[in-house]
Amino acid sequence: MFQSNITVTLRKSILDPQGKAVEHAIHSLGYTLVEDVRIGKHIQLSINSPSKEEAERITDDVCKKLLANMVMEDYTFTVEKVR
Amino acid sequence: MGAMSKVKFGIVVFPGSNCDHDAYNVARHVMNQDAKFIWHKESSLGDADVIILPGGFSYGDYLRTGAIARFSPVMKEVVQFAKNGGTVIGICNGFQILLEAGLLPGVMLRNSSLQFVCKFIYLKVENPLTRFTSQCERGEVLKIPIAHGDGNYFADAGTIASLHEHNQIVFRYCSGSGEIDDVANPNGSLLNIAGIMNEEGNVLGMMPHPERASEPMLGSADGKKIFQSMIESLVLS
Repeated sequence: MFQSNITVTLRKSILDPQGKAVEHAIHSLGYTLVEDVRIGKHIQLSINSPSKEEAERITDDVCKKLLANMVMEDYTFTVEKVR
Repeated sequence: MGAMSKVKFGIVVFPGSNCDHDAYNVARHVMNQDAKFIWHKESSLGDADVIILPGGFSYGDYLRTGAIARFSPVMKEVVQFAKNGGTVIGICNGFQILLEAGLLPGVMLRNSSLQFVCKFIYLKVENPLTRFTSQCERGEVLKIPIAHGDGNYFADAGTIASLHEHNQIVFRYCSGSGEIDDVANPNGSLLNIAGIMNEEGNVLGMMPHPERASEPMLGSADGKKIFQSMIESLVLS
């Protein structure tokens, strides 16, 4: 069994208004060294595949087809064997 | 289609659609045409002349608005219907589904205010030469409500240039007197875009709700012009 940990975020070129709002809140807490906040989604998949390569291929396909909208979002993921 | 027969509206119902009955009411009781609901698990659109993807929160807006609804079984038929030149209108969540399905270009971002906005707005008819707006004048200002949290239209520069080139920008948010500026933009949409169609002109997506503004007692009957345009285009064809 493999587990994919996927992060989907808005593309750098797209303004993230949620991130901006949180950034303002962080600044109002006094943490002025924090310069940029981006908010995204964390998605976990458990994949019963024979190999890590297959699990990575499935994860990549699912990201492209469903989990991320490539017009506005980027995704990254890691895959690890869990048992 | 003969002049005597009624236009058949097919209104797709997804889990979480909530403007389906409003659309049905306008098609059937205000416009006096035929209308039927099409459950999202259906594998046929039957004999529908027009497909309406209504507003609402299909699948609870999980993941992204419209992202899951586009994989409903009926959407294969809707895509085929559109590719064959059939008239398809997506309203609000229906527009978001059309974007996710790739029938229209671009995406919807969260409103720039981060607020859900529910109010009457004004929109300007940028292109009256369509099967959705033939009953409007060029530059006419329509009063129609919006109700959405993700209506901030975005597309890359190439897509926007292509929309311009093929007159696909149908509606833009404006003031009551027709000025298109930031003040009149309720959600941050690029170029105040409120509605676009595909290059072929048979698929329209719009965030404002014409089905909620087709009777004077609801505050405006301007939305009726969009239904009337679709009916005329089919009856005269």
